[in-house]
Amino acid sequence: MPQISLIEGVTMALAYEMARDPSVVVLGEDVGLNGGVFRATVGLQQKFGAERVIDTPLDEAMIAGLTVGLAVQGMKPVAEAQFEGFMYPMIDQIASHAARMRTRTRGRLTCPAVFRAPWGGGIHAPEHHSEAIEALFTNIAGLRVVLASSPGRAYGLLLAAIRDPDPVIFFEPKRIYRQYKEEVADDGEALPLDVCFVLREGSDVTLVTWGAQVKETLEAADALAADGVRAEVIDVATLKPLDFDTIHESVRKTHRCVIVHEAPYTGGFGGEIAARLVEHALYDLHAPVERVAGYDVPMPLYQLEMNYLPGSARIVAAAKRALAAG
Amino acid sequence: MSIVASFEIEYLQYLDAAGKLVRDDVPAFARDVRQLVELYKLMTFTRVFDGKAIALQRTGKLGTYASCLGMEAAYVAIGSAMTEDDVFAPFYRDYGAQFYRGVKAREVLMYWGGDERGNNFSGPAHDFAWSVPIATQTLHAAGAALAFKIRKEPRVAVSTVGDGGTSKADFYAAINAAGAMTLPAVFVIINNQYAISTPRSMQTGAKTLAQKGIAAGIESVQVDGNDLIAMRVALEHAIKRARHGHGASLIEAITYRLSDHTTADDARRYRDEKEVKAAWENEPIRRLRAYLAGMNAWSDEDERALQDDCATRVDVEVNAYLETKPQGIAAMFDHTYAELPLDLERQRAAAISTRARQGE
Repeated sequence: MPQISLIEGVTMALAYEMARDPSVVVLGEDVGLNGGVFRATVGLQQKFGAERVIDTPLDEAMIAGLTVGLAVQGMKPVAEAQFEGFMYPMIDQIASHAARMRTRTRGRLTCPAVFRAPWGGGIHAPEHHSEAIEALFTNIAGLRVVLASSPGRAYGLLLAAIRDPDPVIFFEPKRIYRQYKEEVADDGEALPLDVCFVLREGSDVTLVTWGAQVKETLEAADALAADGVRAEVIDVATLKPLDFDTIHESVRKTHRCVIVHEAPYTGGFGGEIAARLVEHALYDLHAPVERVAGYDVPMPLYQLEMNYLPGSARIVAAAKRALAAG
Repeated sequence: MSIVASFEIEYLQYLDAAGKLVRDDVPAFARDVRQLVELYKLMTFTRVFDGKAIALQRTGKLGTYASCLGMEAAYVAIGSAMTEDDVFAPFYRDYGAQFYRGVKAREVLMYWGGDERGNNFSGPAHDFAWSVPIATQTLHAAGAALAFKIRKEPRVAVSTVGDGGTSKADFYAAINAAGAMTLPAVFVIINNQYAISTPRSMQTGAKTLAQKGIAAGIESVQVDGNDLIAMRVALEHAIKRARHGHGASLIEAITYRLSDHTTADDARRYRDEKEVKAAWENEPIRRLRAYLAGMNAWSDEDERALQDDCATRVDVEVNAYLETKPQGIAAMFDHTYAELPLDLERQRAAAISTRARQGE
């Protein structure tokens, strides 16, 4: 089995699915000859040709609109935004068309497209290159919103996203693109969408997170274990539609929950999970739900970005508050 | 200084406002009286339908409706120049083209009557539904054309956009992509002189809207949009070029919105009655009728019979619309995804049981 990084998981999934399904095409800025600014599409144009790995003119709204047209007319486009911070112009096409194509035509037209982008902070990038914007999409009905957080899940979830008959927003935490490698079989096995992954079992506190904070949260769980605290770690992976049952089941056992995300605190997707805990799990909780999030400030430039991002120390502190309560 | 490139925009017209030919090179189809009469009949049907739809809205039987009054020639020409395999990406008043392609009038009424099933229409199953966000549909046509190019299918994507829509980035992006990628696409600007209240003169400093296509590197022409023959000739030419791999075109159809923007608008607030009166002198149906009459292909008696026939057929459509049973509450959930996620299944069940408890 090849040892691969997260970004290689992306490339491997794209190559596998392009070989399997001739309707899959990749489009975006610099995705062809250059192989993408992060190298996610490296080698694909050589393998599958310029007709299927398409360098587009420079306009994100245009990429999104072409993607809708391609998807409705029988292709399976995988569009790349170079950075999540350049996705704002895509939102009109995604919200006004991709997400509602199936329902507004009562099933006559569908939009099986993937909009993928490097996501989040922590790589000392310029302004607008480090955003955590997933909550802008989780409030758009008709989408799936997926965040990969390991090489294996990048491979399996991207395969699932491409095969899904509906539009999927697929975010790749760029901070952990190359942070570590793991063995992933290139066997074309997709992972299920719409489910959370329990990455570590524990009985004392539930830590719920997604994206690059998965790694921080696992480190926090290690630190807590050194103090005798058994933390359960859940990677939500698919934020929309949310598999709340897996989170609820964990909280029934641990009675404590810490939600961790990079995106700003107010209106972040952690609020949705906390609200559901209040609605459905209030009597299971022995402590207030804790949220460890980005602050309600625009993502700072890189000198201060590590002060903005949650990180394992803040996660450990929040878990200890939850354990001390009740 | 030297000139590195020079451009011009041609204007195409065959029939003047009085229905007199202004050119000698009349295309074969315009000499084929039977075909012209059929197109005339569809233009008339579209107008009768339009009037009825407005009446339905005024009497509370239809939601807000966007009229196509005065633009019938441009739309019927689009419909008649396309093949069934081609793809149409319309905005929201393109009924003449859609009727030609098999969309039923009752389906137009269903859509404006608040029923999504109107978008699941009887025209070609691959045609796009009405696009309400301005100009976004031009990119769908470009994307569709890209799909045809990738699959090497001899098909063409046709999209319409209003004069106001040509100010939007989406329009510029679509024609630019079509030029850069040599896509089999045809973009038709329905320049009806108004974007709600904003006149064409306030949309751009450009002398024509057609010239925007020059910057995109695509063939561009301005056409008398009230002249069915000119519109048909321009479209046939553009579609043929696209189908044979010669790339995209832009057609600016000069017409006039004789109606309000929608039934929620009152155009008297912002435009002069005299201007509207003058525009009626230029409208498309009267001139084609005059041309047909001049060829002894149309009589007053034919006209009376056609009006009766259109009224009857529109009534059948209106009745079918009014008799359509409303959708069940589950309908808003059932097509959101291919398979209903558990989360939504629960919301669906809750919505249905709430409704049941209310005894409805």
